[in-house]
Amino acid sequence: MAQFTKANSLYEWLDQRLALSKLWKVLAAEYWIPKNINFLWAMGVVLVTMFTILVISGIFLLMYYKPDTKLAFDSVNYTIMQEVWFGWLWRHMHAVAASVVFLVIYIHMFTGIYYASYKRGREMIWISGMLLFVTFSAEAFSGYMLPWGQMSYWAAQVITNLFGGIPFIGDDLVVWIRGNFYVSDPTLTRFFMLHVFLLPLVIMMLIGLHFYTLRIPHVNNQDGEEIDFDAEAEKYKAGLKKESKVIPFWPVFLSKDFFVLGIFMIFYFFLVFYHYDFAMDPINFDPANPMKTPPHIYPEWYFLWSYEVLRGFFFDVGPLSAMDIGLIAFGIANVIFFFIPWLDRSPVVAPAHKRGAFFYWFWALLIDMIILTIWGKLPPTGINAWIGFFASITFLLLLLVILPKITKKEAQRAGGAV
Amino acid sequence: MRELKILAIVIFFTLVTYWGVEPFAHSIMHPHHEPATFKYEDLKPLNKKGDPKRGMKAIVNNGCVGCHSIKAANVPAPMDPVTASASYGVNPPDLSLAGALYDEKFLANVIVNPAHAMKLDHKFGDNKPFPMPNFYGNAQDLADIIAYLKALAKHQQLTPKAAFINACGRCHDMKYDNWYVIGPKPKMDTELEKAEFNLKHAQYQANLKNYLGTNPPDLSMYIRSRGEEYIRDFVEDPQKLLPGTAMPRVGLTKEATYQVIEYMEKVGDRKKDKRNFLGAWVLLYFVIFSILAYLWKKQIWKEVE
Repeated sequence: MAQFTKANSLYEWLDQRLALSKLWKVLAAEYWIPKNINFLWAMGVVLVTMFTILVISGIFLLMYYKPDTKLAFDSVNYTIMQEVWFGWLWRHMHAVAASVVFLVIYIHMFTGIYYASYKRGREMIWISGMLLFVTFSAEAFSGYMLPWGQMSYWAAQVITNLFGGIPFIGDDLVVWIRGNFYVSDPTLTRFFMLHVFLLPLVIMMLIGLHFYTLRIPHVNNQDGEEIDFDAEAEKYKAGLKKESKVIPFWPVFLSKDFFVLGIFMIFYFFLVFYHYDFAMDPINFDPANPMKTPPHIYPEWYFLWSYEVLRGFFFDVGPLSAMDIGLIAFGIANVIFFFIPWLDRSPVVAPAHKRGAFFYWFWALLIDMIILTIWGKLPPTGINAWIGFFASITFLLLLLVILPKITKKEAQRAGGAV
Repeated sequence: MRELKILAIVIFFTLVTYWGVEPFAHSIMHPHHEPATFKYEDLKPLNKKGDPKRGMKAIVNNGCVGCHSIKAANVPAPMDPVTASASYGVNPPDLSLAGALYDEKFLANVIVNPAHAMKLDHKFGDNKPFPMPNFYGNAQDLADIIAYLKALAKHQQLTPKAAFINACGRCHDMKYDNWYVIGPKPKMDTELEKAEFNLKHAQYQANLKNYLGTNPPDLSMYIRSRGEEYIRDFVEDPQKLLPGTAMPRVGLTKEATYQVIEYMEKVGDRKKDKRNFLGAWVLLYFVIFSILAYLWKKQIWKEVE
């Protein structure tokens, strides 16, 4: 048993029992980050902040929200938006944060791809991040249903219907998910449970896992340089701060993150107060009406690229119906990013601009996903359907065929050198 | 410098995506339409000068008060709203503020041929006559009626709420401001009173549905779901934006339309002023936060760079 001496302060008393100093060292003061980074490395802290805002604003909304199809719309639009003190602010913050959090997630993901931060021991960082992306998506989808507006209802109707495409169990599965034959009160209540309990819980655990996966391989840097973190840390601690290639998480790394965060918060709050329609679609201020289909049904912007892959295949091929091909492509699109560490066959860890063909592949992927996103919102008629089709094919080819091909060549070029 | 280059790239692709899914996509989903002019150019202008003093006599002689009340002139409604809706489909409007709400040209035309002026020819005709009969009286009477209504309206103040209730409130609920098609919901103590109110409301709504083919929506959140511009242009000419709709052209003047919109904004976006006010302070806070954070970062990084 440990020896306990009389403590001279509350901190010391706690330190004896909880090893606070050591914990602080491990988590922050001596948690080492490469020095050679840019502001894209601050997206993690931005995401943590956005998630915190979502949780806190969500708690306030939860105190007044009513998960009942007869009450939900008014509880949001009247009680929260008009009656509750600053309820409107919580709702605007919650809705806008839910939307921009995906912008930051995408920036974070593309940063990871650009700098090849998913290989050489960093595979678990990537996978836990993708798990977070998927749970965030489910969280966003379930949350969008809660105000029970027109798009809440019809998006839920369309998306839950997708599960009907799964062979054999599809139809039963749809009923099981909805808790009824169509989207209705039991659907709302169970998605409410998912949104405020199960999914946030899973997200919090996954955030813990994501942080944990960083500890052994450490954060990547701008040049993909392999750093001996122990040696560099010793240098830093010996006072050679300028020569060392690493910096401690606190205060050096965070001091920069706070600045980036400040700039981001200006952008975020500008949207919250003055430009919120993109995140709070006007059509969702019409109460849900199962008898009145809106002329255009579309998901929130961050789902549009995968939605377009689903819609892109609009004609039957042999025995496969357009719907089935779309569903298969959609299924692939939703899991394909998990496999990036293995689709990339090259051992080279370097920023894309030092990787030849990979550089062009990166921008092609980004541009293709933006095209899918934009065309995912447009009515799928005439030329739009064809653009969607080619962009979907391109997406699948880029990831399934071109990426392995060009990275295999890169591996050959690198030979045994890497 | 490199950081700024990266930032420019991030901003560029973010803006392209935003442009694509918002302004561009919406321009395709909602084709452009000409903004409202409030000129009602398809209607014939009034070619006689009316005398307001003779107007009341003309109103009585032509039978207007058989259906319409003019509360400002102490002419009561012949029936309560529910009974009226059972007879006509909708409760006929009180005329006290008609001279201020409606465009003069529209007013003349709606008296002469209501279905045509309201652009409801596709719903009413010889088989299904419009509840208000066409006017076959003389042109001077018509001019006098309008002169009278305008003079009468001048003596009263047209508030945003009154504009809404008179122009929209007999078909549309506005429950976030306690307005219902049969009138404001009174404070009720007993379950019986509540049930009676709800029954009346349901009866009125059923009559309205019978008349229009559908129940007009509650407009509480329409300022958020449709926005000022759409409401303005829709009210001026519903058929232009939603061909075949049962909503009549109501012929509001530009001023009255903006009063209706002002009221809808007060009800559906009550916190707008607070939002705009608080926004500036929150942004200022984060500007100061960022400056301090930058200075702190510079100081800390001096040691390592």
